[in-house]
Amino acid sequence: MPTVTVTVNGKSHAVDVAPETLLVELLREKLRLTGTHVGCDTSQCGACVVHVDGAAVKSCTMLAMSADGASVTTIEGLANGGSLHPMQEAFREHHGLQCGFCTPGMIMSAVDIVNRKGSELDEQTIREELEGNICRCTGYHNIVKAVGAGAKAMKGGGKSARAAE
Amino acid sequence: MSATGIGAAVRRKEDQRFITGTANYTSDISRPGEVRAWFVRSPHAHATIKKIDTKAAEKMPGVVAVLTGADLANDKIGGLICGWAITSKDGSPMKMGAHPAIAADKVRCVGDQVAVVLAETLNQARDAAEKVKVDYAVLPSVVDPAKATAKGAPQIHDVAPNNQIYDWHIGDKNATDAAFASAKHVTKLEIVNNRLVPNAIEPRAAIAEYDQGNDALTLWNTSQNPHVARLVISAFIGMAPEHKLRVIAPDVGGGFGSKIFIYPEEVVALWAARRVKRPVKWVSDRSEAFLTDAHGRDHVTHAELALDADGKITGLRVRTIANLGAYMSTFSSSVPTYLYATLLSGQYAIPNIYAEVEAVYTNTAPVDAYRGAGRPEATFVVERLVEVAARELGIDPAELRRKNFVKSFPHQTPVIMAYDAGDYDASLTKAMEMVDYRNFGKRKAESERKGKLRGIGFSTYIEACGIAPSQAVGSLGAGVGLWESAEVRVNPTGSVEILTGSHSHGQGHETTFAQLVSERLGVPIETVSVVHGDTDKVQFGMGTYGSRSGAVGMSAISKALDKIEDKAKKVAGYMMEASADDIEFKDGKFTVKGTDKSVGWGDVTLNAYVAHKFTGGQLEPGLKEGAFYDPTNFTFPAGCHIAEVEIDPETGKTTIANWVAVDDFGVIINPMIVEGQVHGGIAQGVGQALLEGASYNADGQLITGSFMDYAMPRAGDLPSFKVDTTMTKCPSNPLGIKGCGEAGAIASPAALINAITNAVGHENVPMPATPGTVWKAAQRAVMKKAAE
Repeated sequence: MPTVTVTVNGKSHAVDVAPETLLVELLREKLRLTGTHVGCDTSQCGACVVHVDGAAVKSCTMLAMSADGASVTTIEGLANGGSLHPMQEAFREHHGLQCGFCTPGMIMSAVDIVNRKGSELDEQTIREELEGNICRCTGYHNIVKAVGAGAKAMKGGGKSARAAE
Repeated sequence: MSATGIGAAVRRKEDQRFITGTANYTSDISRPGEVRAWFVRSPHAHATIKKIDTKAAEKMPGVVAVLTGADLANDKIGGLICGWAITSKDGSPMKMGAHPAIAADKVRCVGDQVAVVLAETLNQARDAAEKVKVDYAVLPSVVDPAKATAKGAPQIHDVAPNNQIYDWHIGDKNATDAAFASAKHVTKLEIVNNRLVPNAIEPRAAIAEYDQGNDALTLWNTSQNPHVARLVISAFIGMAPEHKLRVIAPDVGGGFGSKIFIYPEEVVALWAARRVKRPVKWVSDRSEAFLTDAHGRDHVTHAELALDADGKITGLRVRTIANLGAYMSTFSSSVPTYLYATLLSGQYAIPNIYAEVEAVYTNTAPVDAYRGAGRPEATFVVERLVEVAARELGIDPAELRRKNFVKSFPHQTPVIMAYDAGDYDASLTKAMEMVDYRNFGKRKAESERKGKLRGIGFSTYIEACGIAPSQAVGSLGAGVGLWESAEVRVNPTGSVEILTGSHSHGQGHETTFAQLVSERLGVPIETVSVVHGDTDKVQFGMGTYGSRSGAVGMSAISKALDKIEDKAKKVAGYMMEASADDIEFKDGKFTVKGTDKSVGWGDVTLNAYVAHKFTGGQLEPGLKEGAFYDPTNFTFPAGCHIAEVEIDPETGKTTIANWVAVDDFGVIINPMIVEGQVHGGIAQGVGQALLEGASYNADGQLITGSFMDYAMPRAGDLPSFKVDTTMTKCPSNPLGIKGCGEAGAIASPAALINAITNAVGHENVPMPATPGTVWKAAQRAVMKKAAE
């Protein structure tokens, strides 16, 4: 079995994996980081989004071996110690989640949107950028509000995500 | 109102674990020594199984066992059942075909399970499953409910000739026919309520573990009602006695009805765990979910509305064919009958209603309750009929509605329901103001200048929620009572644990229920925890569906809190040497009436447990009370949704320009959570009206079997919603709550289709109104306009 060396949430791991192992399987089953979810089998739902070297990736669509040498941030690594990332805080404040299953992927995607598009996001941009994340509970109304608010909060010093990566 | 009591938009307590990735869903659980299960599923919609050869699969690496329907039958594991008995017009009982957890001799839909492979890893199980050889004799299949009972249609279950499960009716046929005979105007519609796939984002999962020493089983599953699952798996399937079976539904990632039901996979997991004496873990993938989760809706309806010369509705007549799929799912029979036809009066005083419903088997996935369950179908029928009648009569659709609204309460409809409270004028008026109905014409003209079509559509819906009382539903055929239970455990230090039979899978019970306790006991919500979803912790409960957790679940908590308060007053009385009758309890403080003598909540709770101030003969120590609450009536949330759309006739793209929802949910505990429920419900209704539709080809293959083929609403498909409420208190429960979980999905499809048909100027726009469908409809409008 090949060994994958990967830094996850700032901690280095060397893990023996079968070659067909997906990054999400490595995270969930080998490292027991079960905050990253699997909601489909066609790379549509986005529940599995993590950051690989600072960019959002659907971890169900990447082989673990492709992450060799990479730095991965999962939802578990987003908070800075005891204080939540501004995007996590915004999702709570604006009721941007109900069942919570899509939430880790939503939040990881949202942080990535801000990283790419900046902190002044209009509603249309947010809605278009969330194309790859499906939520069945919220009707997106409050997710859109949360992402907009979280983006503004990130500008105000919420750099913990970048720091962790 | 306190900052955390009833009516406060408290941020959710449960969010911490969901936003930090530390929640605990079934698929997150791993048990030591577990094996992974993978099912071999039928690729055919209808076939007899001639032979299954598992030898090659058994020799594959990592395989622990390969089990078939024959093994299941040998171990005398019973089949799945439908728990609501419906009686046909002719008095005959519904025709329930056998539903073994693994098919033994015949498969009846694509995805029917024919074997299960248990292996050390999931990939080993999947690889081995491909080596299971099943010899099928393929039979002709039928997927269209309108064709299922035709002469020569393939026969799916021997017990149900012509695939008819029941032919049921409700209402007075003769009186209704007479109303139509004397009607001034009759509006007729042919309606297909499209089949939907619920698609909670967490796929179903089950982990079963056998404790050999105690001969007991534990099941972790994705359930909305773990106690009902335990009861059915124990009493009907015969897996284990109830006290030897523990069912735990931990964090559950959405349900929308689809996780109410007892499914074959969890039965197989339990049985297999006991056979191989290792924990068995099964997690559905999305493709399996499309094939095997119970679908929703799928009605074909002919509907008619009779009106007199004044525009008063005098009768409503409906004939519906309901597709229940290949097997009768747990509550499938009730959805197109008592959850559908009993709501056909809508918000209107209709003197005569008659509905006939024929339920049929087809070679498709089972169909059961999906958010709204019968009530969206009823609302679509009524609200389309009323809107079209208004257009045909040249009356403003709001005015025709107003003219026919029920205005005095209680109001007995001709189809069982007795509406207890409401103000339908109020919600319609408010919604019209919010959408600026007066200036719609100006906006339409503006759209026309841009070459666009604009339309507006109403839906003044009503629903029956709570799904209670038990005696009433029992008389209608329900196999269960629909009360709820609660237990309040107060600890010596004053913190409170609420054990509830309701189950939260997104609804925020941990916050809302704590708010009720905070309001009643004057304690901070941080000191209240809500325990649910474990049959070893909560004694019994009926679970969450039918928008019942507030109206029924919280009423049970309220009843238990009454008892807690009574007993705490007694304790306080002994502490202050006063009669319990003289103790007042307010904001967490017990005061002797007319004095300044008082003791605090924490003192009383500690004294309840140290029991130094009273003898065992005077008062039992401790502070723990339980209650079972059975409501006196259904609840009747109602309201008005107005959709405004702009259509590009060149592309057929429908843009939702404006969405207004004004709902009357009675008393609201947490308005933030309630609004969230409305948003989500609307999104599912918009999905049904614009995007979603499960489609089978003639061979019974599901051709919309993934998120690439089945159009789930995405953020870009939806607008922000304008949501508000009106309030009439529900008189049928102590808290005045009506329920809010399903309203959005019930109201919205009719509003949207009414808006689209208004824009294109004719009624022939089936759901889902995809760009292709709307383009064709819009082109007719454009050509008509050119011809003028």
